[in-house]
Amino acid sequence: MTEPILETRGLTKRFGALVASDGVSIDLRPGEIHAVIGPNGAGKSTLIGQICGTVIPDEGSVHFQGHDVTDETVAARAGRGLGRTFQVSALAMEDTVLQNTLLGALSASSSPWRLWRSVLNDRDLVARADAALGRVGLSDRRATRCADLSHGQRRQLEVAVALTLSPRAFVMDEPMAGLGAEGSKALTAFLDGLRDKAPILLVEHDMDAVFALADRISVLAEGRILATGTVAEIRADPEVRTAYLGEDA
Amino acid sequence: MIPERFLNALLLGGLLGVALLADWRDEPFTITLATRATILAIAATGLNLALGLGGLVSLGHAVFFGLGGYAMGILAFHAQTYAPVELGPLAIEGTTSMPLIWVTAIAVSSLAALVIGLLSLRTSGVYFIMITLAFGQMFFYFAVSWSAYGGEDGLSIYVRNGFPGLNTLDPIQFFSLCFVLLCLVLVLWSRLARSPFGLALNAARQVPARVETVGLDPKRLKLAAFVLSGAITGLAGALFADLNRFVSPSMFSWQLSGELIVLVILGGVARLCGPVAGAMLFVALEHWLGGLTEFWHVWLGAILLLIVLFAKGGLVGLLSGRPASHD
Ligand SMILES: Nc1ncnc2c1ncn2[C@@H]1O[C@H](COP(=O)(O)OP(=O)(O)O)[C@@H](O)[C@H]1O
Ligand SMILES: [Mg+2]
Repeated sequence: MTEPILETRGLTKRFGALVASDGVSIDLRPGEIHAVIGPNGAGKSTLIGQICGTVIPDEGSVHFQGHDVTDETVAARAGRGLGRTFQVSALAMEDTVLQNTLLGALSASSSPWRLWRSVLNDRDLVARADAALGRVGLSDRRATRCADLSHGQRRQLEVAVALTLSPRAFVMDEPMAGLGAEGSKALTAFLDGLRDKAPILLVEHDMDAVFALADRISVLAEGRILATGTVAEIRADPEVRTAYLGEDA
Repeated sequence: MIPERFLNALLLGGLLGVALLADWRDEPFTITLATRATILAIAATGLNLALGLGGLVSLGHAVFFGLGGYAMGILAFHAQTYAPVELGPLAIEGTTSMPLIWVTAIAVSSLAALVIGLLSLRTSGVYFIMITLAFGQMFFYFAVSWSAYGGEDGLSIYVRNGFPGLNTLDPIQFFSLCFVLLCLVLVLWSRLARSPFGLALNAARQVPARVETVGLDPKRLKLAAFVLSGAITGLAGALFADLNRFVSPSMFSWQLSGELIVLVILGGVARLCGPVAGAMLFVALEHWLGGLTEFWHVWLGAILLLIVLFAKGGLVGLLSGRPASHD
């Protein structure tokens, strides 16, 4: 079996008496989309936070490309090639779409310490940003201020920023949230093509998208993994049906 | 509405025009006022880097202004007394050369900004404001008690320091020197704002989480901005001391830090020439209103209130018609 690119071992996170992650072990292998589903409050975002470094686990470890990154900063993990999109868009609202995308591009080309030359005159950076915008279909919005984008366009921009980093693995927290049928379909097709570039750990509520995309699915409830398996296995699992699919599918 | 570029040219042209006209009409005092506005504009442009681009509300920028001032005062004092500055085993000759004084002022204030920035950037929001304020007070009381350099009374310097090829005692020549420095600092600010660094800093101000997620450290970006900002304000402090031929602890006072913030807000936060507009208005009000009433600060306060309530982009935002990019 191929080595996983990303792996968590026994992640546990408590908020007071609440156990948001309870010994979560999950892995992401090359070329796959691994979906994580579960009801609201199951601990999906907390899991992603621990993988990316914004939430410090109480127990357990995170491994990325064979390195134990549990004690590394968010920036260090990103530097290793972990590309994240947020559940609630984290974008510079006053800046344009292009500027937001350039932020990723300039980090990827390690040029944030260039103080003199205009960033818009740097052809390489702009080309890199434009390529990412083109891939998510936002090219015609490149001069729009982020605050003036629709919700769906912000979701697309989140993905574009992650793309500029050419990550080794994507971690996406509900990228389809609030997209509408049309948008979800387009993003589903896009993510489908993305898995060859880098595997995706995909937290998602949209079950159509999950069943269309996932190679494997893990079901999270009350901080614990109930089951991990292929789409067919998860669909057939009686425990999962009662815990989750019963209400949502 | 006036395009911002044109407005900037108008402001700088106006400042230069006032000084040249005053020189022609032989009114050295007016030139001194224009020079004062120019130097305050440099100091506030420094602050505008930390505050406008980095979102760092520093209530301690007087530290850098004061350090620049004392760098000038101490070096010139030792040049007057022909006694070297004793720094432990090191003995540094005093100097009356402006370029040397400026380099010292910039070095000392960047170093202070590095240390203060490292400590205060561990916090944010109101704690950041309080820590920078506390540093300001520390320097203020240190200067008050530093009797070797005048303590509370300050230190008078009897000759203006020199610049190769210029007669710096001639008001218009000293003004021109300051004006050129202001233009250089503005060029630096505008290049920075458009550079990759400026873009990343601007994002770090708005969404630090995003900046981290692309692999950059928002604190380091802000620290770099704080150091550059302190260096520019330190340079202004050295010029200010040369203008007055006098340094005193008041250069370290929190009132001065507050005034620099007021200048930036009056003119327009994160606007290239916001500090220039703010400094010109401030000096004009200080002169005209200050001549009419002792309580001119009341009127300054009223104007500030109006700007904050109704024109968040400051004077530059109001006149250029481009609303505040952020508050
Ligand atoms: N910073 C926090 N402090 C306290 N409780 C939190 C915090 N973050 C998340 N929680 C709680 O942990 C549980 C899991 O939250 P979350 O990971 O956001 O769930 P999901 O993303 O699956 O909806 C929820 O009950 C939530 O209220
Ligand atoms: Mg969530």
